[in-house]
Amino acid sequence: MPADLAGTANAVPAVVRVGVERAADRSSSGIGFEDVTVAYNGLVVLDSLTLAVNPGEIVALIGPSGSGKTTALRAVAGFVRPVRGRITIGPRDVTNVAPHARNIGMVVQNYALFPHMRAEENVAFGLRARGAAADVIRQRVPECLRLVGMASYAKRYPRELSGGQQQRVAIARALAIRPQVLLLDEPLSALDAQIRRSMLDELAKLHRELPSLTVLYVTHDQTEALTLADHIGIMRDGKLVAFGDAQSLYRYPPNRFSAEFLGRANLLPVQALVATGGGMARVRFRDGAFVARNHHALPDGGECLLCVRPHDLCLAPPDAASNALTATVKSVQWQGDMQSVELDVDGHLLRVSCAPMHAPPSPGAPLTVHFSATQATLVPETMVRG
Amino acid sequence: MADIALRLPVADERPAVNSWIAPPLLILAALFFFPLALIVRQALTGDGDVLSIAKFASVFASREFHHALGNTLTIALAATAGCLVLGFVLSVLIAFTPFPGSRVIARMIDTFIALPTFLVALAFTFIYGSAGMLNESLKALLHLDLPPVDFLYSQWGVMLSEVTVYTPFVMRPLLAAFSLIEPAQIEVAASLGARPLRIVSRIILPAALPALVAGGSLCLLLTVNEFGIVLFIGAKDVITLPLLIYDKAIQQFDYTTACVIAVVNVALSIALYSLYRFVVAYFGSRRAGLV
Ligand SMILES: Nc1ncnc2c1ncn2[C@@H]1O[C@H](COP(=O)(O)OP(=O)(O)O)[C@@H](O)[C@H]1O
Ligand SMILES: [Mg+2]
Repeated sequence: MPADLAGTANAVPAVVRVGVERAADRSSSGIGFEDVTVAYNGLVVLDSLTLAVNPGEIVALIGPSGSGKTTALRAVAGFVRPVRGRITIGPRDVTNVAPHARNIGMVVQNYALFPHMRAEENVAFGLRARGAAADVIRQRVPECLRLVGMASYAKRYPRELSGGQQQRVAIARALAIRPQVLLLDEPLSALDAQIRRSMLDELAKLHRELPSLTVLYVTHDQTEALTLADHIGIMRDGKLVAFGDAQSLYRYPPNRFSAEFLGRANLLPVQALVATGGGMARVRFRDGAFVARNHHALPDGGECLLCVRPHDLCLAPPDAASNALTATVKSVQWQGDMQSVELDVDGHLLRVSCAPMHAPPSPGAPLTVHFSATQATLVPETMVRG
Repeated sequence: MADIALRLPVADERPAVNSWIAPPLLILAALFFFPLALIVRQALTGDGDVLSIAKFASVFASREFHHALGNTLTIALAATAGCLVLGFVLSVLIAFTPFPGSRVIARMIDTFIALPTFLVALAFTFIYGSAGMLNESLKALLHLDLPPVDFLYSQWGVMLSEVTVYTPFVMRPLLAAFSLIEPAQIEVAASLGARPLRIVSRIILPAALPALVAGGSLCLLLTVNEFGIVLFIGAKDVITLPLLIYDKAIQQFDYTTACVIAVVNVALSIALYSLYRFVVAYFGSRRAGLV
């Protein structure tokens, strides 16, 4: 079950890779879902989830609201019992273990700090519950508060802290028990954009300081997932529709849903695929032809989707082998550091992000855009495991 | 500038508000303060016209009064403690261990509050009384001549009835307070390693404290003044202040003594009520600071 560590190591930054190796000798634990199915009143909301989070790794589960992300997290924490399947933490099967015995740190969307306890008492709660010695508590609580930059707020009550500060205390509280795994459920969604950005950086920094910590991170925000995660799982209607390391999932989405959800790709239906060698293929779109990567090795003659990211569409040919496409301008939007143009090709919407133009095209005018063959990927309509 | 403009109309409305208050105040005075004043006057003047606290002194010195005051306080405190413990346990079970029908039970508790209190005492005589269901069946079963269960006609019977009747008064604010506890707090506590008992004592109890104190002081107020239950149980040596007032006024036609004791009873009630208001206001404002 544990996925191949060496294979994923290429994709993760060097700092984290060192961490993974160090993690191994500090015996950190991964999380395993094996065919986990959860139903509420007979309604399946998590459908045969099989997924492995390697020790010391951050895996992000993303997907639209209601896709079962929180349910998956709660299954690991022990608050919902799967009707089928197994959940493991490290070597231990925890499927039937009570929540308090799972050794899990959990941070939820609204932090759920205990309102009648000061920050330090919140952080000490888990240690006290586990009967830790007084001197351990005295040492570990300030240590954890320092780790999240909240040392000087130890005496504050939650109501005296801002959202971002409560968030930090919630993380310190979860880390104080030295959990094997940390579960984060949309931890940044209650914060405003600027603080979210800096918290994201701090979470990344935190994981560099605690490299053996295994993290399952649930979010509906692709930026958070792409920034933090080693691997990303994309959920839809209770099913895992894609799983892979962040980069290849972004570059070679395995199906339409992943392409659209992760990075809002442009997708055009294309036909008559012909493999041209070197992992490339030629496809037909209307009366023209495109060359693109055939990463998923789709068979000759078939139909599929051509996937190009908005910022890979340019107004000038980027290289000799570039593809060209003429479309009608629908709208032009200036967004400060870039220009966003929406085009219409045969009723298909095409988004272009480019540098601000001196003379932006006006709606209704024809516009030719170019894209490099290596920046375009052929994607099947439905499921291919990434 | 803006708040001067805002304040002016409010100042103008003041007299209007005052005249609105007048009629209800008059009705209140006629219905409530006037009889109360009559009682106080009777207590202070007796049957003569001279103001004197002599009657107070003699009532305060009587064993009868000491006995009734002691009984009243003992029963009220014990019953309140019982209500708090039972109410807390039941509320925790109803609110945090979802079982089919827990909603229905919560509804029933509301209904229970609307029933007259002596009904329970009556029901208890049917069940635990000397000729009640329990004793009759035990007598038949064990071939006894005398009823074996004999706690009803004592302080215990009164306390048990009062606990039964007034526990819902504790549960109502408790259930309201519990519904405000974020379920995620309890889950986080569990994932941090806390077992159910610790979650109850460290997370749920502190959150319920204002409701407990408010419900408890309300119980204390109601049990101090309880009349129906004590009368219905009719235990000979369980005389409380309200019962003593009844006895003096209706049985012995000693209105002055009855009024003196009534004044004491009213003073006790007002003290307890003030405590209740104070607690509600204190926690109320702290709660406001919480959000
Ligand atoms: N306690 C519950 N009872 C019934 N249905 C639930 C419960 N919790 C979640 N669901 C349903 O399960 C589905 C998945 O929910 P959730 O895991 O919270 O999604 P996400 O976190 O991805 O937004 C939703 O359709 C939701 O309505
Ligand atoms: Mg969710």
